[in-house]
Amino acid sequence: MTATKTMPDTLHRTGSITFDHIGKQYSNGVEALSNVDFTIKPGQFVTIVGPSGCGKSTLLRIAAGLSWPTSGKAVVPKTKPGVVFQDATLLPWKTVLQNVELPGKLDGLKQDDYEKKAMNVLYNVDLDKFADSYPGQLSGGMKMRVSIARALSLEPSVMLFDEPFGALDEITRLHMQDELQKIIVNNPFTGMFITHSVSEAVYLGSRVIVMAARPGRVIDDITVPAPYPRPASYRYQPEFQQIVERITNALIKGSAMSDPEHGSPSK
Amino acid sequence: MTAITIPTLTRKTTMATAAATRKNMKEGSMADTDMADVTVYTKPAEPKIKVPKFVTNVIPGLISLVCGLAIWTFVSTYVLGQRAFLLPAPAKVLTGSLMLPDHFAPMMTALLLTTRVALFGLLLAFIIGVVTAIIMKHSKLAEKAIYPYAVILQTIPVLALVPLIGLWFGYGFASRTTVCVLFTLFPIISNTLFGLQNIDQGMVDLFQTRQASFRQRLWMLELPAALPSIFTGLKTSSGLSVVGAVVADMYFTQGTPGIGTLITVYTSRLQSTDLFAAIVMSAVLGLIVFEVFNKLSDMVIAHWHLTRSHE
Repeated sequence: MTATKTMPDTLHRTGSITFDHIGKQYSNGVEALSNVDFTIKPGQFVTIVGPSGCGKSTLLRIAAGLSWPTSGKAVVPKTKPGVVFQDATLLPWKTVLQNVELPGKLDGLKQDDYEKKAMNVLYNVDLDKFADSYPGQLSGGMKMRVSIARALSLEPSVMLFDEPFGALDEITRLHMQDELQKIIVNNPFTGMFITHSVSEAVYLGSRVIVMAARPGRVIDDITVPAPYPRPASYRYQPEFQQIVERITNALIKGSAMSDPEHGSPSK
Repeated sequence: MTAITIPTLTRKTTMATAAATRKNMKEGSMADTDMADVTVYTKPAEPKIKVPKFVTNVIPGLISLVCGLAIWTFVSTYVLGQRAFLLPAPAKVLTGSLMLPDHFAPMMTALLLTTRVALFGLLLAFIIGVVTAIIMKHSKLAEKAIYPYAVILQTIPVLALVPLIGLWFGYGFASRTTVCVLFTLFPIISNTLFGLQNIDQGMVDLFQTRQASFRQRLWMLELPAALPSIFTGLKTSSGLSVVGAVVADMYFTQGTPGIGTLITVYTSRLQSTDLFAAIVMSAVLGLIVFEVFNKLSDMVIAHWHLTRSHE
């Protein structure tokens, strides 16, 4: 697969994630992942889209070190990835600033250091004025931005996103997608972004991986050539529409081939 | 084209409609107009007098207090007659006991001792309870081994253990504190354990992705997250600590008397005004201790945790 030229070359990106024939089977026989094999190359922002149960979240948790495969291996950079979950998971007893400082503090950085990094990244997501607020005082979208800021604060080479905008309302969601594009352009990470929205996957990704359920497997792998940042109008371009159509067809075909009883594609 | 008849609006008809609407409006928020197939919702009628909130919060309690004191006085004065010593009137308790320094002083000294027992017992129970809960959270083996005995602690009657405690620790301060700990330990263990075991999985994941150490997890995630539950346990136990201390006073009478000791003494001497005064003072102590921990809880966790607090 040729390296996509959609990311600006000005930032040196080094992170990569390799899934090497990953399988995950549970003791009750359910195959959450079956022979998932692909590499996210440095600089790519890969979105993974698929129905519930296709294993996309499981795959992310394996990359994050929260779960492990029953076969195959995942290769990730040694420095810890920044992880953004669907729930912002901010510690409610700490202020916004203290929450963003948390990864630095856990890593043993000096106070001046982690404080500076945290304020810096809060400026970047435009929440510096809320540094001393508590999460309980913020809206859903703002909490998600703090969560993203926290993940960015130590400048990781890899960022993992697990359906971060799933719990937000439509307007906020669209706004956050554009915010995220700016963050992608200005920060040197390689990204893996899980979503169940086809249009979100195509709008945000430089490469879209389509998965199907029962068993969890990759059924398509599409490059999205448009450079960042993409304007809102990109959603109405024929190129966008064609990719969405291709993905939707793949998803329909993939669910038709799934076997609900045995977790394997029916022949 | 059919002609549309428009009803003529005479003064009589408009007045009638207006009266009907007023009648319906009085009920509140629904008004039936002269069209039969609709319901109209409007703003309900305003109450005539606006009552400030603090009045509705405070007045009912004051009224029940006054009624209670009135009934008490009535029963004591008119119903009991010769046996008034069974229930001395509140006024008598006040003038015949609480307001007399040579009655009040020993009661106050006793109360202070009981308070010391209660607070020391609570502190011990807190330390033992929280440490035990932390151990139980991190070791399934410890949890299964300890929990049944924690439950037994809750259910065994103190009276059954008193001879044993007396034998082991004597009949003074140490034994009283032990009884107090027995009363207060279980709520702290069970509530703290509950809080530790019910931390949001997302936060646990967060700490795992950062590869946090055991110490970091304990101090920066687990204990802060469990604080609301820990305070629930503390509030429950604070009330029980006073109960425990007073009961302990009654059984372990060696050394300076606590308020519970005085209660048994006054009962045996039929000094009913002093007895009631002592009971009232115990109740006030219980109230104060509970309020202190309530306020403490508010100070520490209110800025981020919404707990129901009584008005």
